[in-house]
Amino acid sequence: MKFIDEFRDVELAKKVVSRIKQISTRPTRLMEFCGGHTVSIMRSGLRQLLPPTVEMLSGPGCPVCVTANADIDKAIALAHLPDVIVTTFGDMMKVPGSYSSLQQARAAEADIRIVYSTQDALQIARDNPTQSVIFIGIGFETTAPTIAASILQAENEGIKNYYVLCLSKLCPPIMKALLDLGELKLDGIVCPGHVSVIIGSHPYEFIPRDYGVACVVSGFEPLDILLSVEMLVAQIESGKPKVEIAYRRGVKPEGNKTALELMDRVFQVDSADWRGIGVVPASGLKIRKKFERFDAEQAFSITLEPVREAKGCICGDILRGVKTPLDCKLFRKVCTPEHPVGPCMVSSEGSCAAYYQYGTE
Amino acid sequence: MDDETILLAHGSGSRLSHELIEKNFLPILTNPLLAKLDDSAVFDLSGRLAFTTDSYVVSPIFFPGGDIGKLAVCGTVNDLSMSGSVPLYLSLSLIIEEGLTLSELKKVVSSVKAAAEEAGVNIVTGDTKVVNRGSADKLFINTSGIGIIPEGIDISGANAKVGDKIILSGTIGDHGIAVMSQREGLKFSVPVQSDCAPLNKLVSDMLKTSLKINCLRDPTRGGLATTLNEFARQSQVGISIEEEKIPAREGVRAACELLGFDPLYVANEGKLVAIVAPSDAGKILAKMKRNKYGTDAAIIGEVTDAHKGKVIMKTRLGASRIVDMLSGELLPRIC
Repeated sequence: MKFIDEFRDVELAKKVVSRIKQISTRPTRLMEFCGGHTVSIMRSGLRQLLPPTVEMLSGPGCPVCVTANADIDKAIALAHLPDVIVTTFGDMMKVPGSYSSLQQARAAEADIRIVYSTQDALQIARDNPTQSVIFIGIGFETTAPTIAASILQAENEGIKNYYVLCLSKLCPPIMKALLDLGELKLDGIVCPGHVSVIIGSHPYEFIPRDYGVACVVSGFEPLDILLSVEMLVAQIESGKPKVEIAYRRGVKPEGNKTALELMDRVFQVDSADWRGIGVVPASGLKIRKKFERFDAEQAFSITLEPVREAKGCICGDILRGVKTPLDCKLFRKVCTPEHPVGPCMVSSEGSCAAYYQYGTE
Repeated sequence: MDDETILLAHGSGSRLSHELIEKNFLPILTNPLLAKLDDSAVFDLSGRLAFTTDSYVVSPIFFPGGDIGKLAVCGTVNDLSMSGSVPLYLSLSLIIEEGLTLSELKKVVSSVKAAAEEAGVNIVTGDTKVVNRGSADKLFINTSGIGIIPEGIDISGANAKVGDKIILSGTIGDHGIAVMSQREGLKFSVPVQSDCAPLNKLVSDMLKTSLKINCLRDPTRGGLATTLNEFARQSQVGISIEEEKIPAREGVRAACELLGFDPLYVANEGKLVAIVAPSDAGKILAKMKRNKYGTDAAIIGEVTDAHKGKVIMKTRLGASRIVDMLSGELLPRIC
């Protein structure tokens, strides 16, 4: 298949692996930030091919996983309001909040529908003019522009029953927060691919400059990731960390100007609550005052029970890269995809789900 | 009038009910056993029998490559075939949501007829109920079926033996993606048709070639991965497969990339997996390739005594990984 098979070519992969083995002389600790990368690495078995000098940790780049319990509780409370249709990406359905999940809320007769894009949510709003349609706006810079576009479109068309629960988060600030925590001693970061399509590579410049950590923006196919690892190892071995793009077919240094402008028109930077990390200043987005009538948090009043965290779940540590799913006592025993305790076991991009689904250990 | 809609009264046992059956079912599905219209179909059978039932709730009821009628016949014919039996008679029960149009119903019944004819089975008894709007989704169908198992056949998911070869009859994921592409709120255009087909003749070709077929199953919901895991657990053996050898259409792979699915878990309605003795694998495969439902058949792996109860796949990159069962819902209501 075009644009897929080329990036899974065995012979090319072998060549890149042998080059990595040649140049890697010292222990090197890399983090793949993005959940999409984690899945691709586990699914192709890529870790098994790397030399023992190269260690790869999984990062917090799974939007479902980093959504705080408090925010999931909000989504569930909104779904239980009368005459409300909640629309969401499918991954959110099974994520346990403090007391329940959207899936359980749906079984208890809340009207919750899975959509693949904000366009689907808008269509549901057009088709159901007497009901309020709320889109659960999770995601990083990748999804934020389409959420912004949907709000502008609703305004242009005069769709009055469309709302967004804005839970958008930003990647560079959380990378900074992780580096500031200093728990990991990273040498390099495999930077997110789709996020960088939007924001470009410039926003990562502070990482090599201030922290001496190498950065390479990577695509999602096994060869993309192998190439990025090679570039990172080369940077680290040379002692000159910088920001490079391996995912050139998708990412330009300056990003996507149109998308960035859309985001800026509709959203302003705000603090965000990250599971396992806590509230991080300037790491999220909120809807600007001008568009506040689309903001579900402004439009509806809900009462929430106190937030609870699941006992024994180490999703937070896993999201910070401090622990792996294999370190969790609940993994595979109590916590399975059928009965997930934490979000990392739910999301298709979650580390625990990837380790569960594809691991050979 | 074809634009007429089905009303609750059509299911009430009244004159309307009789009219519905006499005009729309009997002439199309005609056979002597059905035409008697007694409370049960009465017939003679002897030998070891296979008996199965399945309900079909696919949404939408029409999809590229088939509809709920074709699916209801093929699904039950295939379940019978996977025990090695020769399917003979089917029942057909419809639960109709009021408001279904008569033309839609006729289209479905015609598909039932076409599929039954191709498979060489008769619909010998049936039932129709109409329920309030909202109590069903357009049309639900249940079919049950009876078949006879010829002498000398012993097929079960528990029969896989170390060294056996695993044969897959063709490309995976076609049905799931074809249905998915039509779902409301998710319409996308892929050149993929459902593979929905009766496999009884393919199975009888295989059994004529060799009786050393130990396991047979059609990988429907849960896909190939789930079927292989069932074999591994039931037979207490390990299963090793190679990613490279598993056929999948480009459109299916592309749609899976887009939606974040793994084709290994996507449903099929016209494929089978056979676990066969290594000595006969070559000739069984050759025979399958000559049947129109087996042209893309391939040996995709083998049964081992390592990693008992688990399925391990060699990836394209040469690494290996677990292939677990499907967890939770992937594509709701695809069959």
